[in-house]
Amino acid sequence: MGSLKIENVKKSFGNVEVLKGIDLEVEDGEFVVFVGPSGCGKSTLLRVIAGLEDATSGNVLIDGRKVDAVPPADRGIAMVFQTYALYPHLTVRNNMSLGLKQAKTPSDEIARRVTTASTMLSLDPYLERRPAELSGGQRQRVAIGRAVVREPKLFLFDEPLSNLDAALRVNTRLEIAQLHRRLSATMIYVTHDQVEAMTLADKIVVLNGGRIEQIGRPMELYNSPANEFVAGFIGSPKMNFIEGARLNESKAKTVGVRPEHLTVDAKSGTWKGTVVHAEHLGADTNLYLDTEQAGLLTARIFGVYDAEPGATLYATPHPEKTYRFGADGRTI
Amino acid sequence: MAKATNSLPRTIAAHAILLLYTVIALAPVVVIVINSFKSRNAIFRTPLAPPTAETFDLIGYQTVLGQGDFLLYFQNSFIVTVGSLFLVLLFGAMAAFALAEYRFKGNTLMGLYLALGIMIPIRLGTVAILQLMVASGLVNTLTALILVYTAQGLPLCIFILSEFMKQVSDDLKDAGRIDGLSEYRIFFRLVLPLVRPAMATVAVFTMIPIWNDLWFPLILAPSESTKTITLGAQLFIGQYVTNWNAVLAALSLAILPVLILYVIFSRQLIRGITSGAVK
Repeated sequence: MGSLKIENVKKSFGNVEVLKGIDLEVEDGEFVVFVGPSGCGKSTLLRVIAGLEDATSGNVLIDGRKVDAVPPADRGIAMVFQTYALYPHLTVRNNMSLGLKQAKTPSDEIARRVTTASTMLSLDPYLERRPAELSGGQRQRVAIGRAVVREPKLFLFDEPLSNLDAALRVNTRLEIAQLHRRLSATMIYVTHDQVEAMTLADKIVVLNGGRIEQIGRPMELYNSPANEFVAGFIGSPKMNFIEGARLNESKAKTVGVRPEHLTVDAKSGTWKGTVVHAEHLGADTNLYLDTEQAGLLTARIFGVYDAEPGATLYATPHPEKTYRFGADGRTI
Repeated sequence: MAKATNSLPRTIAAHAILLLYTVIALAPVVVIVINSFKSRNAIFRTPLAPPTAETFDLIGYQTVLGQGDFLLYFQNSFIVTVGSLFLVLLFGAMAAFALAEYRFKGNTLMGLYLALGIMIPIRLGTVAILQLMVASGLVNTLTALILVYTAQGLPLCIFILSEFMKQVSDDLKDAGRIDGLSEYRIFFRLVLPLVRPAMATVAVFTMIPIWNDLWFPLILAPSESTKTITLGAQLFIGQYVTNWNAVLAALSLAILPVLILYVIFSRQLIRGITSGAVK
């Protein structure tokens, strides 16, 4: 009870076409992440699903029911916002129960659901406080709690972790993952952070310029990107792109190698280069090499690797993990 | 230690300037109030001296409260001010919300049209307004004044509030929509409390000119039963003889209600600033 189908959805603001025809199916219980650079239309798509924006054309179906003319409150959805969007004049308890009161839910039912949600999110000590008295992480948990009590068919998350600091982000990410496992609800999550996308998603939808570039499981996108954009977007540090002509590749316009699929040696290798900069992260080391044949490359070496700027190193790509892209950007 | 922020001459200079300004701003009011408690001779002989045992006289207040229907005038002023203020804030905030929140054709044009009133003084239209009021039979009613003052206050109110409403988080309004709140509930329950400081500012700006206005009461509602306090005080200013005791007493009394309203709104203003916002 929580499937979603999007059929050829288009959305324009004035003359600007933000969504250029989106088709997507989400199955019951799936965790789907929309990811893409800013301005790619991922938030707009989420707002169309929520009913906060009307699609210019196309249909949205939740559980097989067309909801294009259904107001947000009756779509069976709940949404968590980047800015938390808690009602500042209400206590945590009332923040969570407002939607249910509005839907005329019996009060013992409301109390039961609020208790369940607050226990799940360890919000019990804060139920009578106002949002102003909570920290950022607590506020976002209240916002998640407000979504949970609605017992929606679809959870919608709009960059929920972007306003949190790094440590809290990891914790809250974990909580969202656990929540998904416990509720086995359908969740749609928008982010520009590929780490969140890779760690949370059953299925990632990569959007760019109002179109879907690729849909797939995280490892599918990592191992077999459909095109140059997805290859560059998934993976950190970014994939190295080398002009095909420089490597005597006749068919491929661009050749891509992930930084972790380059091996580095001081004596011999495919591409000779000098170290421009080295980033020592402890668990791994990022080396920036200026090579004669392939231009500027990033290499990621696991563990500690001593390399001073100016040193000469040879980089060798893993032959099976080299990607070739045609003139249209598609993977060959 | 922190010399830049804590130097003594600087502090003294700042306080001197502020004190000077306070004195200049308050002096006329103080002169009015102290003279209202003095006998007629003392007002002219030593206008700046506070009342002493000899010169203390309540004749002004006795005249004001005895002669004429001053309580009625007060009541009229109060009804007109509060009524107009309520309508200005209600309609102004609603229009500002519509301009700030909804995308519709001619949104910008409508905003400009509504702001035009700030630049064109409403008194230019006095003749037409009078004709309108005569035609609709509203001359010598408080309704006429409330309508005119509502029109007078709306442009500034819409202009200021729409700017503030644009700053209210869109996510908050959307959260309300997802929770099934109607647009009216979103407006009254979520947006209005957040723009309360701006509302208080607008209220003060709107209220004072209305309370002090002499023009429209004189033209639209000069009858005995609809006189406002400023018009009522004119009773004592004659072409040849002016009853200064009474005029000063009336003016002193007229300060009170507006002072009370101001205190109420400025409390709102402070509370609005200190209450928790969105983030």
